[in-house]
Amino acid sequence: MALQSGEKLPMFIGHVWSKQKSRWTLLGLRLLAFLAAAAATLVMVLNKQTKTFVVATIGTTPVNLTLTAKFHHTPAFVFFAIANGLVSIHNLVMIMVDLLGSKFDYKGFQLPMIASLDMLNLALVSGGANAAAFMAELGKNGNSHARWDKICDKFGAYCDRGAGALIASFLALALMLVISFLSILNLKLVNSSSHNSHNNIIALPN
Amino acid sequence: MAETKRIFTFLLRFIAFCTTLSAVIIMVSSRQRATVLVFSFEAKYSDTPAFKYFVIVNAIVSIYGFLVLFLPSKSLLWRLVVALDAVFTILLTSSISAALAIAYVGEKGNPIAGWLPICDQVTKYCNQVKGALIVGFISVVLYLLLFLYSLHTVLNPLLLEKS
Repeated sequence: MALQSGEKLPMFIGHVWSKQKSRWTLLGLRLLAFLAAAAATLVMVLNKQTKTFVVATIGTTPVNLTLTAKFHHTPAFVFFAIANGLVSIHNLVMIMVDLLGSKFDYKGFQLPMIASLDMLNLALVSGGANAAAFMAELGKNGNSHARWDKICDKFGAYCDRGAGALIASFLALALMLVISFLSILNLKLVNSSSHNSHNNIIALPN
Repeated sequence: MAETKRIFTFLLRFIAFCTTLSAVIIMVSSRQRATVLVFSFEAKYSDTPAFKYFVIVNAIVSIYGFLVLFLPSKSLLWRLVVALDAVFTILLTSSISAALAIAYVGEKGNPIAGWLPICDQVTKYCNQVKGALIVGFISVVLYLLLFLYSLHTVLNPLLLEKS
């Protein structure tokens, strides 16, 4: 890199990255992550199936037992719903801040806060998705050692909808990973351009 | 000041390494043979994929923690350590939440699905698994602190130092 153009380079890259491409990419990804997490929450919360089993027959009349499978019987699914709800709210707030929040004075804390909050929500959604995934595996395969029967053959629709919610949540997880990566990249670029040192030019990605 | 910071982080990383290693050891060594009616079965950690995942993730993180202890303080690999800290913290949180979910079913059962709690029959196994989960939770908290600290030192996100 020629040193004569060194003074112009950080500001030029800062202008292109932070104003145009990176901003709309990030916004689009946040919208997708919000939709995925909100879909996961809604599908899980509305997941319910009622089934009637014939337990015994007394004479000629069958004795029926009605069981309802709801998401709140399993604490892992409750945690899943709460985690995905929080992640979708986080993405919504970040979209609002990006589109409407240019008049606030953040005192320089905006980008670090966004990066840290993105990381924390990433950890949250990964915990929720993984707990629900292992519970779903238990429901699908059962556990012969603990004498726990599988339930997916009886409550097929409940299992299918739960699987759909899980897929949406893992999609949101992948998107949150990319979003946190981009937010941290934003941080580093602003740091480099504001310090205005020539040594950092070589370190900037291009 | 820098010296005390280095010693403090080294100590924190060492304690985090010890907690992940002990979580692995406690979970792997938990087994109990019990007799229910006429059946005799043995409860071990490998019956459940969630506990196997917990053991695998904690083993990987303890190997990583061991290697990071020997990193010299001026090397450029500390930027890689920040990224790896992020990845391993997220893996640890997912493993502890999965293991907690399955352990909850083992302790309380699930009446709708017809799953009976097994902790009454294999109490020693249950207690040991609970101990491993508590140690795993402490390791999650420590790794979160370490990750936030390494993010702060290497990337300087809050612009606190003018260098």
